[in-house]
Amino acid sequence: MSVLEVRDLTVKFYTGEGVVTAVDGLNYSIDRGEKFGVVGESGAGKSVTALSLMRLIERPGYIESGQILFKGQDLLELSDAEMRRIRGNEIAMVFQDAQTALNPVYTVGEQISEALRHHLDYGEAEAKERTIELLDTVGIPAAESRYSDYPHEFSGGMQQRAIIAMALSCDPDLLICDEPTTALDVTIEAKILEEIEALADEFDTAIQLITHDLGVIAEVCDRVMVMYAGSPVETASAEELFYDPKHPYTVGLMSAIPRIGDRRESLQTIPGTMPDLVELPPGCSFHPRCPFAEEACTRRDPPLMDPETGADVSDDPGVERAAACLAHSGDLEQDLDYDVTVREPDGHTETTVTDGDGRV
Amino acid sequence: MGLQRFILKRLLLIPPILFGVSIVTFALVHLTPGDPVSQMVAMNPNVDAAQEAELRARYGLDDPLVVQYVDWMAGVLQGDFGEVYGSSQDAAGVLVARLPETIALGLFGWVFALVIAIPTGIYAAVKKDQLGDTVSRFLALSGISIPNFWLGLMLILLFPLTLGGWPVLPPRESLASPAMLWYLVLPGITVGTASAAAIMRVMRTSMAEELNKEYVTAARAKGLPERTIILKHVLRNSLISVVTLAATLTAGIVAGSVVVEVVFSWPGLGREFVDAIHGREINLIMAITLFIGLFIVIMNLVADVLYAMLDPRIRYD
Repeated sequence: MSVLEVRDLTVKFYTGEGVVTAVDGLNYSIDRGEKFGVVGESGAGKSVTALSLMRLIERPGYIESGQILFKGQDLLELSDAEMRRIRGNEIAMVFQDAQTALNPVYTVGEQISEALRHHLDYGEAEAKERTIELLDTVGIPAAESRYSDYPHEFSGGMQQRAIIAMALSCDPDLLICDEPTTALDVTIEAKILEEIEALADEFDTAIQLITHDLGVIAEVCDRVMVMYAGSPVETASAEELFYDPKHPYTVGLMSAIPRIGDRRESLQTIPGTMPDLVELPPGCSFHPRCPFAEEACTRRDPPLMDPETGADVSDDPGVERAAACLAHSGDLEQDLDYDVTVREPDGHTETTVTDGDGRV
Repeated sequence: MGLQRFILKRLLLIPPILFGVSIVTFALVHLTPGDPVSQMVAMNPNVDAAQEAELRARYGLDDPLVVQYVDWMAGVLQGDFGEVYGSSQDAAGVLVARLPETIALGLFGWVFALVIAIPTGIYAAVKKDQLGDTVSRFLALSGISIPNFWLGLMLILLFPLTLGGWPVLPPRESLASPAMLWYLVLPGITVGTASAAAIMRVMRTSMAEELNKEYVTAARAKGLPERTIILKHVLRNSLISVVTLAATLTAGIVAGSVVVEVVFSWPGLGREFVDAIHGREINLIMAITLFIGLFIVIMNLVADVLYAMLDPRIRYD
């Protein structure tokens, strides 16, 4: 049973330079308790997708069409007041940069407990008690005395923990994490990710994890959607994505990961940059950067297909495995040599797969 | 405690600042041609040169400038600001008598400015680039551009002279009587308009800037109502830059009332100051200048303290 189902979501920004289609006919779904990853370069539409779920797209951006079914209810049809009851309560968000997401002039404790008071009608003392509990849960030492600290008195890692505590405060069913560890250094990143995972399991919360870091995906996610220029190009389980990427863009992302023991002089990159979203290239929007591109690619924008049957599954939000291009299929062993290690919680290594950059 | 030490340090700085102000003012007053005695003599042509010299000697005006300054300072240190020439009043007494009038006017103008500026600034920031914002900004630009003496004259022309409602000359009752509040309205608006416009513009800019910050999105993502977000989260951050301006402007309002008091025949310090300059009343000029200087220094200190109260990141070491 899916907690979230996005159908044909299109978000446009009306800028001075033209209309930017930031998200174009997006379909996906997240199951209860599932950890769903969204990967892509900057500008792929990941964050816009996240803000759309919260209905926090601001002018000049507009959600043009589609449905966002949260527990069967279309969020786009709710009134503002109804939507506010969902925000922070049933769908919560962990922001990329905790330092800017916290209001500098209020204490961390106050910023967490205000959500509790607002959504759950907690009293002053009750909210404070619960907040201290939450701060403790996310691993902030001496939570009680930290309650009345201001954000600038917290370290970067602790600020991010506070943001996570804030997001979890009302026990949401869906937690949107928008690059939650990008602003942190690698050692803290690993810890925070572990905590997000553990807390999501503890609270039985589904996660939509947005990142451009495939290492993070390998560590946390069950299922992954790769986005390019506002559209999904591939959906797969995390394991399949690393073992058997189909779309040339996914393959490019995989081969761009630096690997320990790699003797190449320079890292492999995907040539070019993300196209201007005002004027997408004709046909497949990835074709100008695609090593497999043929003449046909400039004319036809391929839909998401089931890689086994080749059937068009682009309108099916619940699809398990899909790719918009199968040009790379079968060639994996020749082009890519890498491993990913998925470590089980008890520390023993079950499958040997490495994301390559040594992070686990 | 950091804040107490900070306040103490700043208070200790006040005497040297005022000392500096007194030297500069004293020098400037003596740079202008004429002195109190020449003013008195000009009003009474029967005085001959010998009498004039005698008068100068009596007031010590024929001493070298340095001696005059030292004499004056010696008096001030004993709480004696000197007398008003040609009368038996002393300068400090005149100051104290006139001060309540100016404070009442300045306070009215300042409160008027804040009451107008802060809500309008918030409104304009929230409606940024929409009609309401454009109208508010146009009004603010007008408020800043209109000279206060002209605004005062126009208000007199419009209300007491054309529409009625106010007598042209305010009756002189005790300031404490509530009826006087009514007569503070027109001069108060005149004093406060420019400040209201300046504060509103800063309020709008800083609020619009704060509204773009991520903590606002984060607060929205928490599901808080927009009202709470603006009045709790954004307002306090925006006020940080408004506080400095508003505190500095209180000082400006006292100085700015100089012209307005003349226009509205308001018997305050400002009008007294203008008269003192015309009459070369050195002692009175010095006393009023020192008072305004003291006021500005204190209001700046208040601004810094408020700053620290609004923004916990500020630490005084």
